[in-house]
Amino acid sequence: MTQLSPALGRRAVRLAAPAWFQKYGVYTAVAALLVYNAAFTDHFLTAANLRTQLVQVAPVVIVALGMALVIGTEGVDLSVGSTMALATALLPLYLGYGIVPALLVALVAGVVVGAVNGTLVAVVGLQPIVATLALFVGGRGLALVMADGQLKQIENADLLALGSGEVLGIPDVVLIAGVLALVVAGVVHRTTFGRQLVAVGGNRAAARLAGLPVTRVLIGVYVLCGVLAALAGVLATARLTASDPSALGNLMELSAITAVVVGGTPLTGGSVRVLGTVTGALLMQLLRATLVKHDLPDSTAQMAQAAIILVAVYVARERRSR
Amino acid sequence: MAPSEAAIATPHPGADGAAPPAVLEAVGVGKRFAGVVALDDVSLTLRRGEIHALVGENGAGKSTLIKVLTGVHRPDSGELRLGGEPVSFARPHEAQQAGVSTIYQEVNLVPMMSVARNIFLGREPRNRLRLIDFPRMHREAADLLADFGVTADVRRPLNTLGVGTQQMVALARAVSVQARVVVMDEPTSALEPREVETLFRVIEDLHSRDIAILYVSHRMDELYRICERVTVLRDGRLVHTGDLAGLDRTQLVSMMLGREVSEVRRHGVTRFGGAHDAAREPVLTAEGLSRRHLLDEVSLHLRPGEVLGLGGLLGSGRTETAKALAGALPLDSGTVSVGGRELRRLSPAAAIRAGISLLSEDRKAEGIVPGLSVRENIVLAAMPRLSRSGIVSRKQQDRIVEIFMERLRIKASGPEQKVEELSGGNQQKVLLARWLCLEPKVLLLDEPTRGIDVGAKAEVQALIDELAQEGLAVLLISSDVEELVEGADRLVVLRGGAVAGELAGDLVNEADLLDALAAHTPEPSAPASEPAASGPPASGPPTSGPSAPGPSASEPRVDAPPSAPHTDKEQP
Amino acid sequence: MKSLTTAPNLPAPPRPTQATAPSATGRERFASLLQRHGAFAVLVALVLVSTFVFPSFGTLDNAQNVAVQASFIAVVALGMTLVIITGGIDLSVGSVFALGGVLAAWASQYGFWAALLLPLVVCGAIGTLNGLLIARAGMAPFIVTLATLLGARGLLLALTHEGATTYLVPRDSAFAELGQGTVGGFGYPVLVALALFAVGGVVLQRTSFGQSLFAVGGSADAATLMGLPVARTRVLVYLVSGLLAGFAGALNAARLSSGVTIIGSGMELDAIAAVVIGGTLLTGGAGSVSGTLWGVLLLAVIQNLINQIGSLNSSYQSVVSGGFLIVVVVAQRYLARARRT
Repeated sequence: MTQLSPALGRRAVRLAAPAWFQKYGVYTAVAALLVYNAAFTDHFLTAANLRTQLVQVAPVVIVALGMALVIGTEGVDLSVGSTMALATALLPLYLGYGIVPALLVALVAGVVVGAVNGTLVAVVGLQPIVATLALFVGGRGLALVMADGQLKQIENADLLALGSGEVLGIPDVVLIAGVLALVVAGVVHRTTFGRQLVAVGGNRAAARLAGLPVTRVLIGVYVLCGVLAALAGVLATARLTASDPSALGNLMELSAITAVVVGGTPLTGGSVRVLGTVTGALLMQLLRATLVKHDLPDSTAQMAQAAIILVAVYVARERRSR
Repeated sequence: MAPSEAAIATPHPGADGAAPPAVLEAVGVGKRFAGVVALDDVSLTLRRGEIHALVGENGAGKSTLIKVLTGVHRPDSGELRLGGEPVSFARPHEAQQAGVSTIYQEVNLVPMMSVARNIFLGREPRNRLRLIDFPRMHREAADLLADFGVTADVRRPLNTLGVGTQQMVALARAVSVQARVVVMDEPTSALEPREVETLFRVIEDLHSRDIAILYVSHRMDELYRICERVTVLRDGRLVHTGDLAGLDRTQLVSMMLGREVSEVRRHGVTRFGGAHDAAREPVLTAEGLSRRHLLDEVSLHLRPGEVLGLGGLLGSGRTETAKALAGALPLDSGTVSVGGRELRRLSPAAAIRAGISLLSEDRKAEGIVPGLSVRENIVLAAMPRLSRSGIVSRKQQDRIVEIFMERLRIKASGPEQKVEELSGGNQQKVLLARWLCLEPKVLLLDEPTRGIDVGAKAEVQALIDELAQEGLAVLLISSDVEELVEGADRLVVLRGGAVAGELAGDLVNEADLLDALAAHTPEPSAPASEPAASGPPASGPPTSGPSAPGPSASEPRVDAPPSAPHTDKEQP
Repeated sequence: MKSLTTAPNLPAPPRPTQATAPSATGRERFASLLQRHGAFAVLVALVLVSTFVFPSFGTLDNAQNVAVQASFIAVVALGMTLVIITGGIDLSVGSVFALGGVLAAWASQYGFWAALLLPLVVCGAIGTLNGLLIARAGMAPFIVTLATLLGARGLLLALTHEGATTYLVPRDSAFAELGQGTVGGFGYPVLVALALFAVGGVVLQRTSFGQSLFAVGGSADAATLMGLPVARTRVLVYLVSGLLAGFAGALNAARLSSGVTIIGSGMELDAIAAVVIGGTLLTGGAGSVSGTLWGVLLLAVIQNLINQIGSLNSSYQSVVSGGFLIVVVVAQRYLARARRT
């Protein structure tokens, strides 16, 4: 609140170069990485490798889409990883009734988590970080309690097919992520809900006075984010062929926030960049893959990731004329 | 107001007519923000012990100049001189160390910290262990504040006090350092008349101690009452510096506006037309609106085609009344009916559906959505109506936006320009368009012309007139007495959250409004015949000229309840 | 500054105006009390009840146990309290804690001071980096410290050959004694933590630096205009947070005799939870270190109780913490509303 207040009358003036960089930097970076790999990395630009990368990044993309919506309302959802764990813990309990009921139960868990988060933010008026922190802490614990702290192999053929199936050579998981990206982009740009979401993020008091259903929009956004996270949890479970609530989705909130921020969506709300978010997730994935291909250890990948986040935020920060 | 005027406005005795030496000077100062010129070769000389007015329209560069003088900004060109020596303030702290103190327009203290901590922040008295000596700090703070007529517990958090008191605390802080120069940026904008008197008394004291004061205000009466010299800025340039005494008001205004004197005269001060023919049946009726501490049984009605002015001092419940009508303030009791039908659940959405629109007082915080385009800001409230099954229709939006941008003459590069890049006046027009495109029956305007430049002000005033003529019911809130009197057909005066009276017909004039406002101060414990005791006779809000007779409690024009029942606690 | 109060020219002071605000109402005072001391009250109640219900809880042994376990997170939470009072947040403390432990364990082969100073230098540098990026470059604290969380963990992995190496603290060294020695049954870490809290309390409440933390958190713009060194205060507070996290990590390594690499993940959130439960506002501008101490102890006691009830899965710990956090923040929210009306 205090840091962004314009009380000093500083005008937020964006200089041309960083503005361009914020908008198109992530695309340029992905292109540069691809070019670099095409030239210097063996077996990188092969269909098999790209396919692997896309399959790996798909769950992150799905979670990041929900996160982008939440961040667009000047919020953040730390509980996405725990939501994935909840979804994966619930799946084996209901797979006996078939994949559809199990899937529904998992998604309902996402709805519940989102509704709790949304209510805490919109009705009680908590800061999003605190509101979602509670379920971040408690959600995974709940998942572990439900699963009795154990890893369970998935035997259900339908679910496994979801993880390994493909249409026209494109894995189902990637297809789902792609379709969801299109849907979310449509929601943000073409629906009243999407525009109201952006307005609520831009100026909540004004939105309320303009008669917008602020509470409903906020709860809706967190519910969407929860559902997307739960779906990502289901897909990741299908890929892993096992339900592991203690590990699944660990640090997912970090990856998702990174993808959103690197993709150029400001943390201050009032704008959602869907394509940027998808590209941001891709960038982080390609970067890790590149480093791995060049035998650089995980530690280097983490430090590189840290540096990229800092650069992205530095570029996107509010420029102040002082 | 004679005695006080004489006491303060006498030119300071210099060395036998020679001007006293300069304390703080800006010489040829220039400042740009990202290529936009904010100040261009501006010079200002503050002499020792003078009270110097700084005036100009919004965007003239006053704020920037103040911030350069007080170390918030550093000039790109030119220099500052303190006592004749060139200085450079890297931070506000350095300016304060050098004896330049500032009181900003919005109270700039830390709301959650105690009064005493606020006053001594950064220079707390210490004990032998170099730790803060709280008993001493509280004692000194209480002593200091007593001189400003404030006897609040200095250990209370600042945000539990009223805005006026907070301003007094800011003032106490500013003058309690060994200041040579005190810069006051619109210090009276949040003060009640009585507090203004206290402020002037403090200014008088500072004046007598040879402290120079740079006084920024839009209120002409205040300037002419206390200031000796004036500097006028326009579009970042220096237009005039000289004695205020010989300067005609109209001349001063014309310098600020950059218009010919005759033109100003011809248009008068506001752009309102004459009275309107109001229909008989009220379109909006409010009965007994009550909310603890804020509103007490406020009832009023609005007829189509009339402009109802809502008068009252700060904290009288004007904004709260408007918000209550628009469903934005939860009520303890009371009803609002539109067209004879009572609104069930009061919420902004319900009020808007019923045809009530509120143009909020705070354009930045409650109005514009800065990151969105002009188009999206205009259609924000109307979006559900301009979409089919949740999908927005650009075609319909563009049509509406085009109509309103043209009608309100919104100056933007196009409908897709971000609203944050527009001037204040154009932002206000965008907000008006947002409400007008809902085709409301009742338009509530809370300070519609505050903080916008004179040109836009006139346009907005003309528009209000036009809308009323078209049959809209308009509620107008304004602290500009002139605007209220000339714009409104009828006036409801609020005091302490309750309706204190109504003025209609010939009674809608400045003198009667001021009487109604000043007939009784909104202070529960004060005796009725208070003002004569402590201040000059006319302690009312600024008026133009000496037309207002002193408020005399003996002949109240309005039927006022004997005392306001509430502690007038304003929420910041 | 007394000159004004005795200025002869000042006309008779006006009569007191509106400022004679009524003193705090009972309800207001109660809300304020609950906000500040709620965690303490709950802690006392919980301890009293548990002592009667679980015979193994109220023993000195168990108390010493709880105290030592809580002391490391307490030191981290102390730094977090200061950061949160300025309206910021430091998510990097968990990683920095782990990094501090690894650095201390590695350096302990070179003696006591090396083991103590190396983590302080490196973690202080990370804290300073956080502070500079936040205060000077104007970046959001949340995201900057998220990045350094990753960076510090990467550094830790690089130092330990991707986590394959665990450095050991030499047995019977002075450094190991720092973690394992006791006074009156209570380990040195407990005493160190208490001492740090005492110092932290004095600094926060009785020094200009402490006041400027509140001012920066309450209104950074006002603090700037009042001439406070806002940027410097911010850099310092993140530096302190980094130092404390690194120091806690070193202390922990001394206690465990090794630099455990997989430690500290999620610690930042426990620390934040403790701070919030202790009554410090996440929005900044208000808070206390004593509240944080009670918050830390409260969470530690809950964990201890869950362990006491043998039948409970240890995952219940996080469920209870999460639920507790919701209750506390929601209660705080309503208390704050009650105080305002």
